[in-house]
Amino acid sequence: MFVINCPYCGERDQQEFKAGGEAHIERPKQPTELSDDEWAEYLFMRKNIKGVQFERWNHAHGCRKWFNMVRDTSNDEIKLVYKMGEKPPLE
Amino acid sequence: MSANLRVKSSEYIDETHRVSFKFNGKTYYGFKGDTLASALLANDVHLVGRSFKYHRPRGIMTAGSEEPNAIVQVNDNTNRTEPNVRATEVEIYEGLEASSQNCWPNVNFDIGGINNLISPFLPAGFYYKTFMWPASFWEKYEFFIRHSAGLGKSPTEKDPDIYDHRNIHCDVLVVGAGISGILAAKNAAKNNFKTLLIDEKNELGGATIYQDKEFNKINNQGSSDWIKKEINELKNISNLEIKTRTSVAAYHGYNYLLARENLTDHLEKKNKNNKVRQRLLKIRAKKVILATGALERPLVFNNNDRPGIILSTAVKKYADYFGVKCGEKNVFFTNNDSAYESALCLHNKGIKVDAIVDIRDNSNSKIVKAVEQTGIKIYWSHTVVDTNGYRRLDNISIMRLSNDGMTVTGKRINISCDCLGVAGGWTPAVHLFTQSGGKLKFDEDNNVFLPNKYPSDQISVGSCNGNFNLKEIINELSIKLKEFLKIDQTDFDNIAIESEEETSKRNIWLLPSDKAIGKTKPFVDYQNDATAKDIKLALREGFRSIEHVKRYTTTGMGTDQGKLGNMHALGIISDTAGVKMGELGTTTFRPPYTPLTFGTIVGRSVGEFFDIFRRTAMNHWHIENKAEFENVGQWKRGWYYPINGETMHQAVQRESKAARESAGILDASTLGKIDIQGSDASEFLNRVYTNAWSKLAIGKCRYGLMLNEDGMVYDDGVTTRLGENHYLMTTTTGGAANVLGKLEDYLQTEWPELDVYLTSVTDHYATASVCGPNSKKILKKIIPDLDLSDENFPHMSFKEVKINNIKCRVMRISFTGEHSYEINIQASFGKALWEKCIEAGKEFNITPYGTETMHLLRAEKGFIIVGQDTDGTMTPIDLQMDWIVSKKKYDFIGKRSLYRSDTMREDRKQLVGLLTDDPNIILEEGAQIVSELKQNPIQMLGHVTSSYFSPNLNKSIALAVVRGGKDMMGKKLFIPMEDKTISVTVANPVFFDEENKRLNA
Repeated sequence: MFVINCPYCGERDQQEFKAGGEAHIERPKQPTELSDDEWAEYLFMRKNIKGVQFERWNHAHGCRKWFNMVRDTSNDEIKLVYKMGEKPPLE
Repeated sequence: MSANLRVKSSEYIDETHRVSFKFNGKTYYGFKGDTLASALLANDVHLVGRSFKYHRPRGIMTAGSEEPNAIVQVNDNTNRTEPNVRATEVEIYEGLEASSQNCWPNVNFDIGGINNLISPFLPAGFYYKTFMWPASFWEKYEFFIRHSAGLGKSPTEKDPDIYDHRNIHCDVLVVGAGISGILAAKNAAKNNFKTLLIDEKNELGGATIYQDKEFNKINNQGSSDWIKKEINELKNISNLEIKTRTSVAAYHGYNYLLARENLTDHLEKKNKNNKVRQRLLKIRAKKVILATGALERPLVFNNNDRPGIILSTAVKKYADYFGVKCGEKNVFFTNNDSAYESALCLHNKGIKVDAIVDIRDNSNSKIVKAVEQTGIKIYWSHTVVDTNGYRRLDNISIMRLSNDGMTVTGKRINISCDCLGVAGGWTPAVHLFTQSGGKLKFDEDNNVFLPNKYPSDQISVGSCNGNFNLKEIINELSIKLKEFLKIDQTDFDNIAIESEEETSKRNIWLLPSDKAIGKTKPFVDYQNDATAKDIKLALREGFRSIEHVKRYTTTGMGTDQGKLGNMHALGIISDTAGVKMGELGTTTFRPPYTPLTFGTIVGRSVGEFFDIFRRTAMNHWHIENKAEFENVGQWKRGWYYPINGETMHQAVQRESKAARESAGILDASTLGKIDIQGSDASEFLNRVYTNAWSKLAIGKCRYGLMLNEDGMVYDDGVTTRLGENHYLMTTTTGGAANVLGKLEDYLQTEWPELDVYLTSVTDHYATASVCGPNSKKILKKIIPDLDLSDENFPHMSFKEVKINNIKCRVMRISFTGEHSYEINIQASFGKALWEKCIEAGKEFNITPYGTETMHLLRAEKGFIIVGQDTDGTMTPIDLQMDWIVSKKKYDFIGKRSLYRSDTMREDRKQLVGLLTDDPNIILEEGAQIVSELKQNPIQMLGHVTSSYFSPNLNKSIALAVVRGGKDMMGKKLFIPMEDKTISVTVANPVFFDEENKRLNA
């Protein structure tokens, strides 16, 4: 059970949060221009990394804000949390 | 009681307080402070159970939670019965009843014991290999296997006890109150850390409180006396909380630990009532100090499982702590010095020790010399090759070990004994450390796995970290504590310690016998009856991974999770396969460390609190009017309202007819309601619904369908435009929370530029839906000022009105196909509104109807229910709802997916109506649909999603999804059931009032 540092509320128990899958997958602005394969790439394809992964999380039982998290899936270490719209760290 | 088995009084046993208890129906006596195990031993009862597979007689082996054999059923035939309880952990109390498990008809004569005789035919994987063929016989085999297996009986009555949960936040958690834990906790607390100290026993101090005073000294005092003084001091430290009888079950990431606190298990029955029995502590600690100690290992030799064969330190604990001797003729079998401390303890108490069998060729440590001086015979370089005695150990045979330890030589020597104390070294209890994600390293000198990489802010100290001698433990603890807590000094930096150092080591995982291994029974896992032979067989058959060998032989898979034998299993695999132990790794240690009761896990979340119900404002009226309820999401919804003993079918038929012929009323409060405001609200709705919203006039309502990005129908409902920038969206009852979550997700992440605010108002409004040809007249009575003409208040529009000065929103919308109104009022007035409607409707026989009738009425109209007629694979096109998908809009959620090659296939399952050829047959929902009966294999075309008998059409109707159904209008299909085949015809899903005339009637 993680302790997650919500960028709006501070440290809270994982129970208050909902995981929302891989981060930084932007919805295409012009979906109708895309081929089936390109649309499928957006719709279905997700990474499942053992190691450092960028994820979306929602403080569902708190401020209800979505935010981003950098987490090492091999040991669950949360390296960083940052707000939606902020740039992902390069490392 | 055989008084002669009690040795001189122990300070932990209150001999003035006699306690009677029953074991296997017979009454025995023990003293306050006894465990069930110590009391049984004091009564000379060693045989307490039978093993799982061979039903061999088994006795008490340990004095702690690692016990594999002495597992008993407590309080059988009562509502407090509990299986698989370790007799070594049960504190006795007046009236305790316990009985043996795994035996029939009784523990002394067990029919399953025949398995022991035929054991050559029951090797590892026996069940897998034997019961595979013929496959059809499995059910017959299973019956017998299930009856001959099983650990104890589960209770059949409701648990009368109360359980509880408690959250604890602390700076430092110390697990284990042996000498390391006590010193760590004391120094943490004294340095202003809010500290919690936990131990599974009822007394603090671990093994130190009965440690040998001669060979373990602190400041020239026996270590046991010194530690008692320390324990007394703990009680005066204010920011230290101590929990005894508390076992840490799980250590999760981020220093989150779960512990079970036992509060009443040791109390007499009359003192148990109305108290919390067990409490689950949910601990979040900033820092964790594991001082979980070490478990003594047995030795693996032929017939090493007989009652009377006990761990050497357990023999010592029973004598020292409980004042009980385990036998009259004691022998020890060892590979290290621990057994000598036990032998000396027994000798000093006047208990006869006949011999010590040691696989080493010598030892020069002081304690060994001291034992030699007592005259106890020591057999160096010898091993036990066999033991005898069926229900109790009677004698052992020993032989000289070869230099390489692989064989035995010379003559057998028989030694008569009724207790054999075995000492195979120590296994650090690293279970919690590895549960937390810690990685181990193998220490080849001591043959132990030790903590290596800590995954969180924690340390392991004492013998769980591989320090086995007092001096070493305390010196290293001082260094580690200072670093871990960042403190300058501890209060035990300058104490003088004397302790014994081990000088000679020898370890043989599987000790040889003079018999071929195939003829021996060297048990590795006592509880699951896995022998060294089974492990070797598994390796011969090609298993290599330790995880596979574990599952094939079931080694380590009992309720004790192989706390005693896992290391031997690894050692034997390593020796046999020629792989280094460090490279083999270990099997995964999983929570719980010791078994938990279900009661502790669920705590107070039982009965009506198991899953909290939501109830509408009208709920009391439904109860008073004898409604049957249905669970929808978390809501309790009125299902139907039977009168005069009606069946469900009768009630629903009556309600459905009444709603169409005169008037019906439904509590629709549970529908999700989301208040949407902001200058971009219209644009937002355009993007989330499939149809267009920009042109919806203020005061009008529109039905909307929401898709997932994959094009599948997600939710539906009517949304009303309350103002220029203000909408009220309704969702399905079950989908409300998810829809809000999804909308917030898109607003925050994909379209943050939109000026839109969402508020859930589901609980804020209660909704009464009045429908039927007389609904207008009823509304007129309730709201006389409102012009209800079609011109002023047409279908799909909304009015803000006042009823008795209370503001209401009235929507003229319909889910039944009838002329109908939904009145929304502040929830606190919900019941009053409902009663007002009922009162006003009396002259029209207004009939309250529940969800079942609602479903029937909408099915007559062919309206879908998301989640019943859809299952996450249906597009609006599949549902024949093309009309609601805007062709003009550039984009909305899921639009692109409607043009994927897969979603455009003609042969997708599509929603159709079905009419049975015999109008009286009602189809079963979920029934499979086929077109050919003689096909092999028969091809399923789809299934029935909704099915009812329509009283208004006087025939059975159904909705179904059928492959290519759109083009099957009028086609005959079949529904094969268990006892008959039903013929149906594909029909238009709108069965009733296709022209929608009744909406404006």
